[in-house]
Amino acid sequence: MEGPDFSAPLPMTNNLVLSLKALSKRFGSVVANDAVSIDLHQGEVLSLLGENGAGKTTLMNMLFGHYMPDSGTVDVADMDGNMHPLTLGHPQAALEAGIGMVHQHFTLAENLSALDNILLGSESLLRWRQNHRAARHKIAGIIERTGLSAPLDEKVGNLSVGERQRVEILKALYHDARILVLDEPTAVLTPQEADTLFENIGAMTKDGLSVIFISHKLREVLAFSHRIAVLRHGRKVGEIATKDADEKSIARMMVGADTPVNPREDIAVGAPVLQLKSITVSGDSARNSLQDANLTVHANEVVGIAGVSGNGQSALASIVSGLAGPDHGEMLVDDVAITRFDPPNLLKSGIGRIPEDRHHDGVIGAMTVAENLIIERLNDPDVQKNGFLRQEIIREHAQELCRDYDVRGPGIDAQARLLSGGNIQKLILARVFECSPRLILANQPTRGLDLGAANEVARRLLEARKRGAGILLISEDLDEVLALSDRIVVIHDGQLIAAKDKDRASIGLMMAGEHT
Amino acid sequence: MDILQILISDSFWAAAFRIATPLIFGVLGALICEKAGVLNLGIEGIFAAGAMAGWMAVWLGAGLWGGLLVAALTGGAFGLLHAILTVPLGLSQHVSGLGITMLATSLSYFTYRTTLPNVSSPPRIVPFQPLDIPVLSDLPFVGLVLFQQTAMTWLAFFMVALVWWVLNRTPLGMAIRAVGDNPDAVDAQGLSVYGLRIGAIVAGSALMALGGAFLTMSAFDAFFFGMVNGRGWICIALVIFASWRPGKALLGAVLFGAFDAFQVRLQTEVGALVPSQVFLMAPYVMSIIALVIVARRAEYPRALLTPWFKGQR
Amino acid sequence: MIRIEPREAPSRTLTIGVPVASALIALMLAAIPLAFAGANILEAYGQMAKGIFGSVFAFTEMLTRATPLIFTGLAATLAFRAKLWNIGAEGQFYLGAMAAVTVGTGMIDAPSYILIPIILFTGAAAGAAGMAGPAYLKTRFGADEVVTTLLLNFIILIFMQMMLEGPLKDPMGMGWPQSEPIVDNGMLPQLLPRMRVHFGLIIALIAAVVAQIMLSKSVWGFKLRAIGENAAAALHAGIGVKRTLMGAAIISGAMAGLAGVSEVAGLKGYLTADLSPGFGYTGIVVAMLAGLSPIGVVLSAIFISSVFVGADSMSRAMGVSSYLADLVVAMSLISVLVGGFIARYRISWINKGVA
Repeated sequence: MEGPDFSAPLPMTNNLVLSLKALSKRFGSVVANDAVSIDLHQGEVLSLLGENGAGKTTLMNMLFGHYMPDSGTVDVADMDGNMHPLTLGHPQAALEAGIGMVHQHFTLAENLSALDNILLGSESLLRWRQNHRAARHKIAGIIERTGLSAPLDEKVGNLSVGERQRVEILKALYHDARILVLDEPTAVLTPQEADTLFENIGAMTKDGLSVIFISHKLREVLAFSHRIAVLRHGRKVGEIATKDADEKSIARMMVGADTPVNPREDIAVGAPVLQLKSITVSGDSARNSLQDANLTVHANEVVGIAGVSGNGQSALASIVSGLAGPDHGEMLVDDVAITRFDPPNLLKSGIGRIPEDRHHDGVIGAMTVAENLIIERLNDPDVQKNGFLRQEIIREHAQELCRDYDVRGPGIDAQARLLSGGNIQKLILARVFECSPRLILANQPTRGLDLGAANEVARRLLEARKRGAGILLISEDLDEVLALSDRIVVIHDGQLIAAKDKDRASIGLMMAGEHT
Repeated sequence: MDILQILISDSFWAAAFRIATPLIFGVLGALICEKAGVLNLGIEGIFAAGAMAGWMAVWLGAGLWGGLLVAALTGGAFGLLHAILTVPLGLSQHVSGLGITMLATSLSYFTYRTTLPNVSSPPRIVPFQPLDIPVLSDLPFVGLVLFQQTAMTWLAFFMVALVWWVLNRTPLGMAIRAVGDNPDAVDAQGLSVYGLRIGAIVAGSALMALGGAFLTMSAFDAFFFGMVNGRGWICIALVIFASWRPGKALLGAVLFGAFDAFQVRLQTEVGALVPSQVFLMAPYVMSIIALVIVARRAEYPRALLTPWFKGQR
Repeated sequence: MIRIEPREAPSRTLTIGVPVASALIALMLAAIPLAFAGANILEAYGQMAKGIFGSVFAFTEMLTRATPLIFTGLAATLAFRAKLWNIGAEGQFYLGAMAAVTVGTGMIDAPSYILIPIILFTGAAAGAAGMAGPAYLKTRFGADEVVTTLLLNFIILIFMQMMLEGPLKDPMGMGWPQSEPIVDNGMLPQLLPRMRVHFGLIIALIAAVVAQIMLSKSVWGFKLRAIGENAAAALHAGIGVKRTLMGAAIISGAMAGLAGVSEVAGLKGYLTADLSPGFGYTGIVVAMLAGLSPIGVVLSAIFISSVFVGADSMSRAMGVSSYLADLVVAMSLISVLVGGFIARYRISWINKGVA
């Protein structure tokens, strides 16, 4: 990995610019942050490391005024380096104090140009016209100093993910941010794009900017920061200079114990269960397109689709789950060609689906856990008789499934929205596995889950593989694809390319579209 | 041949612009609300309230421009109620809007009936008169079509330009468009999502009320029950037809006005052959057809109908 | 600063208490326009109560008025449950009424046990067709059903005027645009001698009970609720969304059509263009006040109808405009919306700016 040199000592390491003091926040009965204190110095890159749900984002949302802390204070340095208390609960106050935040989900208006997004909130709303000329001049200066660039006059809706991220950073810098918070900035980037980002960050810190960079990826934290603070269950459990840290020690800090690894036995693969033959989908954007895609998944096999989001994964998932049909090409399940692409038909042919957005597509939040467990088999005689639901059997069965799959929550008659993300995913797994599908489409199955829940999902998937199912795993997390897959296929710009081996670097290059 | 004569006659186009005027106000009002992410089905009732309040103010001696001000304030007040229900409280925009329509309509009728309990024929005011501009009003064709309209038609044209400018050239317009696309973007820049949305709904509703006021203060000179007659709903259809663009909204409203004026004239031509109701229905049928044609391509503001709550992201 | 947090599960007391409280608040708010009209407020409320409970006749009149509201309330409930915004019950009401006078005024000569079911069925079918159209335009072309159903109301009303001046016109009507009367065999029987309350009420009550059972116990109801709560997940789970929506549209339209049949064949006997004082729109208020529960619709229809009947009689006695009733109905809708918010969220005040 080429990048800026982070091992060199900081030039002005003693100039404190930000100090979080004992910040606490609870949501209902959940403690998201418990008296977390963190300091940041000028020109420093501080990594905030922790698993999903450790409280990193909540902490930063308090700093930025999106959440009001239950207790604690924040001090920020002004231009002259004097510390002042920050008014909490007001994004405007954070902005004025020179704090900029790049959220994991970009806060950009897609119907405005990049330039108008950058300007948003910087001019008085009473002005009768925008001052584009002065703005362009200032942005040009920022671009020159940092190397960030983006097409300013293009609508954000037409920009790539990487470009949008640069617009976000430019926006923060345009608003004179001296402290920049980046929330999981590399989640949506190829490894190569991520390297460019870190180069930009290096240039910015030389310019006097301080950066807090939130991540759960050990590798990049070790490579690109001066100092690491680790959060676990809402508490700060450790802080260490990066040069003194190694992967193993911070991993243990983050998780609390050595990570369990799912045993992956070698099994001989069976007959093909899913075959895509020259499938083409012409969508309105690359995100929704596939070009001449060929793919085979055998029984007892996990095929991992690696790629940066927005490269055609949703088109692939839509075809396999029956939400849309291809323009050309053929799909076979167990050697039978699919003629009608709709979800009920593909369910019937033995495809189980773990949807990408489990809250939006996976469960109906306002219906009960028991109801959500039967939603894919409403015509099953176990579930209904003469068009009426068999409540007794449904409830008994739901109890059983919740026990077997360890779905924890307020009970089977509670609304599904009250379950945690991990338990919702277990509910979906229970629903899918119960139909003993021939093929399981697992789309981002562990995204947003804590390590415990993610491991459980992975274990269940491997178990299904052992039982003879084929698994099509779509994930943006390259580490996950590498850990679970028997074979890896890279998706880029709507094209599927088989990876020759499980080599991280070459797969990374393929994800960026560099292959021959 | 007759049809062609209708289409090139100046009186026909004058009528088209006259019919279009209240719709222009209404479409612009609905457009502003929806650009900020909130559907305002209160429009039909706000039309009635604007018509009643404006007329009543003039009747009580406020003067025509004073009447318009009263109408706008009344519309703004109903807009504020809709805004409170749908923005900070995040209630169903559909149901709240229908509630506003019912409330504004019944309140207007009740007020009118209570203020004027014993009148057999509706009292009249002196409405806005056609403009009489030297030279311009005497020009052939455009003189009658454009320069002999009332001041309210020109106010409507001015509003189209103003709304276009604000939405496309000012920081406020950028903020309004952003809040209808991604409220988080607005919040992240320290602007108030609630403030922008509430302000847009109030302003939009005030414009709708001006559309209603046109009916009693320019098109007619009295207030009648049921005089809005679905004009508000047609505006909601026209906004979609206009792809949320002020210029296209003007075009849509004028096309609709032309169609309506045309059916009236056609009715007198072939009235003996076809029942008059066929022509009365035509504008509504036309609106549905237009809606069906553009529906698939319509790019709704992304955050339309989605409530946003502070601190929940 | 105000903090708003969703409640984990709204309590039963709140679910039932909120609509009741909203209705009462709306009634109390009526004091403001009453004062504006210069009426003695206590006397006005007294007159309203008398108008509803003053006599057996008054009470049955209230039930008669509630009958179409139960139907249109069910129409709104079943559609809204699937997040299908049927605002066209007013038009579907008239379609049902037109169908009833088409087949019921002598076209078919049959005993009542045959003729009445035919009239009911054609009326329901006509109403269903009136909603199937917008639902098709929605599922096929993505045309917003709010706008199409609203505009259809006007189209149907004008169409009906055309029919009443044309094919449906009563030659004996002395030039008035009204239909011929429904034949005696086609009229719904009265429930009590010398009272106007009719068999339509029984049908409405049965419809409410059936709707309640179907919604909570059947697979169809399950699908309807699933689509209403989260259409994307329902689609993903293999529920035929378009088909279910179409079904909901047809049942919803049929209910509104039955409201029209019931008014024509149960009460008036013939069709005029002012048959409905806005039953279709009021049905939306009924449904919302009932919390979209079919059984609740019966109760809220009785409340709304009491407001109308009570206000009517009060306005006759005291000379206050009867638009007061519409005002109270509109205010109850707004109150129940706000009340529903209070039931779903916990609202607390916290100290601003701790720092």
